[in-house]
Order: sequence, then C-alpha cells, then structure tokens
Amino acid sequence: MTAVTDRPVPAPDVAPNFTTSPSGRRRKRTNAIMATLVTLAFLIALVPLISLLTEVVIRGGSMLTWQFISTDMTGVFGDSPDGGVRHAILGTLQITGLATLISAPIGLFAAVYLVEYGHGRLAKTLTFFVDVMTGIPSIVAGLFAVALFAILIGPAYRSGVMGAIALSVLMIPVVVRSCEEMLKLVPNELREASYALGVPKYLTIIKVVLRTSLAGIVTSIVLAIARVIGETAPLLLTVGIVTSMNTSMLDGRVATLPVFAYSQYSQDALGVGADRAWGAALVLILIIMILNLVARFISSRFSIAEK
Amino acid sequence: MSTDVTPEAPGAEGRPLASRRGTTPGRFGNRLFAGLSTASGILILVTLAAVAIFLVREALPAITASPAAYADFTRDLNLGQYIGPLVFGTVLAALIALVIAVPLSIGIALFIAHYAPKRLSGPVAYVVDLLAAIPSVVYGLWGFFWLVPKIGPIMDWISQKLGFIPIFADYAPPAKNVTSAAIVLAVMILPIITAVSREVFLQTPRLHIEASLALGATRWEVARQAILPFGRSGVISASMLGLGRALGETMAVLMILAPFARGTEVYSIKILASAEHQTIAANIAQQIREAHGMGVSVLIASGLALFAITLVVNMAARWIVARRAAFSGAN
Amino acid sequence: MRPAHTTRGMFDVKKSIRRGMITTLAASTALVLAACGGGVTADESPSGSTSDGGTESSTGDTEAPEAGSLSGNLPGAGASSQGKAQEGWIAGFGDLEQGVTVTYDGVGSGGGREQFLSSGVLFAGSDSALKEDELASATDRCFGGEAVELPLYISPIAVIYNLPDTGVDNIQLDAATLAQIFRGEITTWDDAAIADQNPDATLPSTAITVVNRSDDSGTTENFTEYLFEASEGTWTDEASDAWPLPSQQSGDGTSGMVTTVSAAEGAIGYADASQAGDLGTVALQVGEEYVPFSPEAAAAAVDASPLSDDATEKRITYQLDRTTTEAGVYPLVLISYLIGCDTYDDASDAANVKAYFDYIASEDGQSRANEAAGVAPISDDLRTQVEAAIEMISAS
Repeated sequence: MTAVTDRPVPAPDVAPNFTTSPSGRRRKRTNAIMATLVTLAFLIALVPLISLLTEVVIRGGSMLTWQFISTDMTGVFGDSPDGGVRHAILGTLQITGLATLISAPIGLFAAVYLVEYGHGRLAKTLTFFVDVMTGIPSIVAGLFAVALFAILIGPAYRSGVMGAIALSVLMIPVVVRSCEEMLKLVPNELREASYALGVPKYLTIIKVVLRTSLAGIVTSIVLAIARVIGETAPLLLTVGIVTSMNTSMLDGRVATLPVFAYSQYSQDALGVGADRAWGAALVLILIIMILNLVARFISSRFSIAEK
Repeated sequence: MSTDVTPEAPGAEGRPLASRRGTTPGRFGNRLFAGLSTASGILILVTLAAVAIFLVREALPAITASPAAYADFTRDLNLGQYIGPLVFGTVLAALIALVIAVPLSIGIALFIAHYAPKRLSGPVAYVVDLLAAIPSVVYGLWGFFWLVPKIGPIMDWISQKLGFIPIFADYAPPAKNVTSAAIVLAVMILPIITAVSREVFLQTPRLHIEASLALGATRWEVARQAILPFGRSGVISASMLGLGRALGETMAVLMILAPFARGTEVYSIKILASAEHQTIAANIAQQIREAHGMGVSVLIASGLALFAITLVVNMAARWIVARRAAFSGAN
Repeated sequence: MRPAHTTRGMFDVKKSIRRGMITTLAASTALVLAACGGGVTADESPSGSTSDGGTESSTGDTEAPEAGSLSGNLPGAGASSQGKAQEGWIAGFGDLEQGVTVTYDGVGSGGGREQFLSSGVLFAGSDSALKEDELASATDRCFGGEAVELPLYISPIAVIYNLPDTGVDNIQLDAATLAQIFRGEITTWDDAAIADQNPDATLPSTAITVVNRSDDSGTTENFTEYLFEASEGTWTDEASDAWPLPSQQSGDGTSGMVTTVSAAEGAIGYADASQAGDLGTVALQVGEEYVPFSPEAAAAAVDASPLSDDATEKRITYQLDRTTTEAGVYPLVLISYLIGCDTYDDASDAANVKAYFDYIASEDGQSRANEAAGVAPISDDLRTQVEAAIEMISAS
C-alpha cells in the first residue's frame, strides 16, 4: 500500500507532437478518451464506496460514544439503548489476532516455498490446492472447525480457538496467493546478483526477496486480515455470541463485532438493534483503519525504494 | 557486501555457485529455511485434506442415499435437482458481480497508479484498502437500506419498458433480486481486486515505462504497452481472489437476495425478479439452522459443489496466467 | 529492460542486507500483541461487576435456597424467536445470581435441539416440541432421565402489512381470505373479498406483494398451521416450517421479514408481533368478531387449547386450537419451549438450570419477557404446572 507513494510513475506532462499527422490526432483522441474512461471508472466506483462509508459513519457515528465502546451487553435487554461493544472488540482482536499468528507465518513460508524452492510435483500440487482452498466457502470453514473440535474435544466445546482455526482456513490461502504474487514480482536479476556475490540462498530470500517485496507482503497480510476480520458466518457457528467479555481463548463462547452486528440486526432490525449493528460496524472499520496505519508505518519505515 | 560467509550452492534446482570449503555456515540456514517452507506447504495440504475429508465424509450419505431418504428436506427433489439451481444462481450472481467489478477495478487501479496526482492517489488507495475490510454484514445492511430502495425504481422502470425481454421480466418490489445482490458483491470485491491490481501496476519496471515514453507514447499507450501487460497475471489473480469471495459470500447475499422457496427451485434468467435465484453459500447459512441428519448432508454436498466450481474457475485462471508467465519477474 | 533491473537490484541488495524479514512479521506480531495487551487490561471482570447489584430483584414465589449462591456456566441455544426474551431473562437472572454466566445462542430451533441433544448446551429453546426420535436420544442426553419441556415463551404472530393511510387501526380478515392472499389468488388490496370485511377502510388498488420467511421457521409453521386449520379448505398445504408454495418475495429471519415488508408498499407478511414495529397488523376473525393481536389474547389461546397427546407432567406441550371461536382469543400464536433435562450429572448444572427456569417461570421473569419482547405472560394455572415440572430437575 505504501508503494503508492513510493514509486510514482512518471507521466508525460509534455505531450509528444500529435498534431502533425492523422494517426497522431487519433492517438491523441484515444488518449483523451481512455483518460476519461479511467477517471469515470474511478468516479463510478466512488459512488457506492463513498455512500457505504457515509452510511456507516452517519448511522454508526450517532452510536459511537465512550459508553458504547467501554461497556458490554451485560444486563441490557428490550429497547434499552444502553450497552456496548467492549466485549466484541476484545473478542474480534483476540480471534483475528490468533488467526493471523497462525496464518501469516504458514502462508508466507508456503509462498516462499512456491516461489523460491518449489519446482517439483509438490509445488504444482500446492499451487493447485491453495487455489482450491481459496474456494472454501466461509460457512464451510466454520462447519469444518465445529466438526474438528467435536472429534478432538467434544461437541459441547466452544471457544475462541475454534473461531481462529476457522478463520485461518480462510486466511492462509489468501496470504499464500497474494504473497506469492508479490514475491514473483521480485526480478530474478536481483536474486542472481545476490548469488553472484556469494550470499547463501536463505539469506538471499530473507534479505533480498522478502526485503524487496516487504511493502507488498505487509499489504497482503493486512488484506488477508481484512478478508477475515469481518467474517460472520464461520464465527456464528464456532464462537457464537455472549453478552460479556471472555478473555479465555480456550473456554467458552466469545463475542465478536461482526456476529454482534448481525445478531443485533436480526433481533431488532427496525430499532435499537440496527443502530448497534451500525455502531459495531463503524468500530470494526476504525480498528481496520488503525491496523492499516500501523502496517503503512511499518512498511514505509522499512521500505527500501524510498531511501 | 561485507560478508565473510562462504557461499553455498543455493538450491537443489541448480543455479550452482562455487562451494569452496567444506564448512559452510549457510548450510544450516538453508536447510532450516527450506525445511520451514516445505513444512508450511505440506501443512496447508494436510489442512485442506482434512477439510476435504470432512466435506466428503459428511456429504457422502446424501450422495449415496436414494432421493427418498432426503425427500423431506428437499421436498421431493433429487440431489441434482436441488443443487443444480443453486449452482446456477451462485455462478450467475458471481459472474454479474465480476463483470461489473473487474473493469471498474482496473480503472481505479490504473487511475491511482498512473493517472492520479500523487496527492490524491495516497488517500484514495487508503480508502480502498479500508473498504476491503468492511465486514459483509455491513455490505448487507448497506445493500438493503441504501442500495435496494435507490435501485428499485430504476429496475421497476426497466422491467416495465423492457419486460418483454425475458431477462428483465417480473420485477417485484423491493429489489431483493440477483442483480442487487450481484451489485453488492461487486462493491465488495472491488477493493480486493483494486488493491492487488494497483500493487502490481506500481511494480511495473520503470524501464518499461521509460522505454514506452521514449518511443513517444501517450499516457494511455504507456498503460497499454507497459503497465497492463505487466500486470495482467496479477489482475487475473486478483480477479480470481475476488471471484472466490463472490462465489462464497454468505451474509450479504443472505440479507439481500430473496431466494426461491425450497422445493420450487427454478433455473431462471429473470435477473430482476425476486425469489428466482439462490446461492449455495447463502443457502447453507440459511438452511443449516434448522437442518438435521440428511438435510445437513445435502447442504454439505452443495458445499462440495461450490468447491468444484471454484476448482474449475481457478484451473482456468491458472491456465491463463501460465500462458502469460513471460511477464512475471521470476519465471 | 535488463539493465534497469540490475541497477535497481544492486541498490536493493545493499540496502536490504541490513534488515531481516523479522520486520515483515512485525506487522502481524504487533497486531497480536495489541490483542493480547487488550486482553490483559480488560481482565478485571468477565461478568458481573457491570451489573449494579440486585436492587430490583425479588425472588418471587420460588424458594431458591439463597439467591446469589450459585456459580458456573449455563450455555443455552435455540430458537431465535426467544432471543430478545432470553436477553431480558439473562439480565434479570444476572441480578439474582451473579455467579452464573448464562448464554443463549439464537442458532435456530433445530440447531438448538441438536446442540442440546449432543450435550453441547445445557438447555435449548425450540419453537416446536421434541420429536419422537429426539425424545429417544434425550434419554441418553439426560443421563437416563427424560427431557423437560416448558411452554414459557408464548407470543402472538402478527400478520403485518405495509399500507399507508387505510384509515383504520387494523385491517380485518378471516382466515380464508388470508389464505387466498397468501396463495396469490387475491392480488390487489381493493379486492372485494378484502373490502367486504373492511367497510371503514380506504383500500388502494396497490398490488399485493406476498412476503414469506425464506428460512425454516417456527413462525412459518405456526402460520401455515393456522391457515390450514382455520381457512376451511382454502389453504391446502399442511403445516410446514418451510414455505410450501413458490415464493414471490421473501426475507431471512424475522428481521428480514419486517425489513422486506417495510420496504415495499403493498407488501404483506407475518412476524413475531413484538417485531412488527410501525407496520399495520391484521385483526383475525374469531367467531363473529375480529381480534387484533395482544399478549392477553395470545395467552387466552393457549389456555383454550388442549395439551398434546404425548404430554406428561414434565413435558407440558400443547396442541394449539386454531379454530376456536371463543371471544377475545387470538389463535395465531407461537409457543416456544424451554427444553432441559430432569437429570444432570453435575449438581451445579442441575441447580443452575433449575434456578434459571424458575426465574423464567416466575412473574418477574414473565413480565421481564413481556417488557423485552412483548411475550404473553403465562397464566397462574400454567405456572403451577410448570413449577411442579421444574421441581423435578435434579442431579443424578
């Protein structure tokens, strides 16, 4: 994401001489048309995106008080406007954090394997099955986690770990695929130059390949987090919803922001429930914003191209 | 390069480097790193195998049973009749979404990477990244409370004027039809495709661009000659990522699309009519609540079908990307 | 192009040698650390401390040994219809027994029964009573005992419509007309069949959009049962928790239903009455009069109905009489049962379930549910029976 500011593409502000020939005029016209189209695409896409954000900010903003962030739903019922999302914020951070801790290393190493090591049958198999894995519907990942833990521990067991496992199943292929794409973009010449200098392969990977694609990798991981932090269906099945905080990841149901939003909406779609759903959505987006800023800071701090 | 590490042959696949002495400090690191990478790869395969085994094991009763065993759940449809329309609905919704999202995404990515002034591109890229993270429940809320009321009258108008064409027939308010769902899906996958495409566009080697400029190319010609070809495999890959999400998206579809009633399933091309389509994922989420026994098995069999669709889609994408592999840096 | 790569490459190599890929992982680690940090600071109170004591608590007429003496987890799951009432009960019970953490997952009746029978939860909420095969597996689940089923959530189902300015409080319909509307045989609001029963109402020529629940639901089952039994043959499909006809427009869950009806003028649907909001509701013909829904009329419908054939003193299940002609009865009612075991292997589980059910059955609990979800409070007569059944819950 930082790459945006890192590598400005030089654009020809002084246009070549177009007016001299018919083909020149045609090219100029094409250029203008395409510029308009690209800008238009951008503007069209902006409409839903902006409206989405304003809806969330306006509807959620009215809910966003300190009280909403700092209390949970203990003792709240009926049309009472009290209560908040403290427990759901914590739950979302816990579960997504654990999922990232599981997925990011596995995914990144697998991507390294695919790009740097894998040329045999295992690599082909892995590439293929990572693709297959991206197609796992989120609800199936949830069902899988439920079935897995039913066998391992028992059908009664519900915990944050189950949710994290379900999310990891969804997250790993996303990390692998986008990291793979980023690693592939590192030109071979870099690797060759490093080898030529006598750097061992693993150091080449760490210090040349990963280093060069750092910004891309961070983007990939943040995107992968983004992909799962709002997942509702698998969490609905695995961690459910509770009204108060549960700091244990190993025991009991955990509230998360998306499930909180959904359950509030589905209980009271025309009243205070919908308000809370919008409020929870806004909080979730704010968390992502902070996360994004941190990621941007990290990758700009360590990005090479700038310095 | 102030290293005194003795170089080590980097990998089994060759790019041999001279190994000068017996003791090679790089060897342990190499082994460890290769081992970790391979182990991660294998772990992923094992996980997927576990998921697949689970899916097949749970789906098998429905696949092998006679239709009578689950007639209660499917209302006398057999497995093919039950899953077929769901597959159709899933693919239809995802394709409409992709048709809307891909051109727009390339446009935005190109705009950010190539057209926009730097001052604008930064914040815009940031907002797009943010949108990728908005939970599907919110897209569902937004879709229902914002999009549906706004798009309803337009669809109504189209249906009245062009209703003689079957695709546009039978609009019924509110606009809880496959087109609305697909538009929401498109908005959902837009940031994903855009973010990856943009990142890839920005990686276009400067020399490609400069070479193009040196030949007197216009801004568009630079995009066409240098940026788009370079980014093609990335864009396809990103689109597949988006397609994967669109195919498997659950909550937003659940909240927006009014599905056909169970047992009255149809293959319908009326994209403006409600209660004519349903997607596999939304159907699972919706029906799993009250399903039990064979019903669950039928639903998981439909999940298996979704799996198969994605598999085919991804194989196709891989094939396209492989043909363009020449543009990748590490070929 | 090659030279460019090489130039940039050399540059990158030199710079990159200095820092390892640890920085990459730092991004994800930071995230996790943030999560853990949050966990530590937020550690103080998983439950309890936010509720400000049991000032308004009254133990009612139950003789719970000492209020506040119990502890443990009490997970439940089941019908989403009970969700709001359960919130109220959990809040009220939390005031009484701060040591017990009750949770309720509105996963659906079938899911709740399944989780209950597989020992996933200690109690379930269900819009329908346990089925025969489920009763058999309940014996295993209940450590050799049997299931307890209590009709503690009685709620009217409202037939909701979206029509502005009809000039009347409720549109009046008999079951046969209602059936015709939902079968798509009556397609406009000014149809004679509707107008005849509503001489005072201003009915527009708006097309009727029939909305059904797209998920399987106890609400649909009760509604279709009402239509089947009360419409004198107009509705030909037997009661079913899934909509039996081709659908015209549908919504997922109660929220999907009410938002869909709200979004289209001329739409008609059915939903738990507490969720009807500002929508219009139909007064149903019972005998000679038209009865709008009310908690009292719903409770009356239960009292006017016989117990089901296989009901026992522990399983108080009803066979609702939809064709009643008694005055003041609103027969379109949903009973959602609380399901537990009469035997638990753990003494504290048994005590917790017992105390929680006791609270729900108490006047306090029922009025709390009325406040939270418009539930019809059970009659004193029924309360006596229910309390007797709860009394039989024990540890093995």
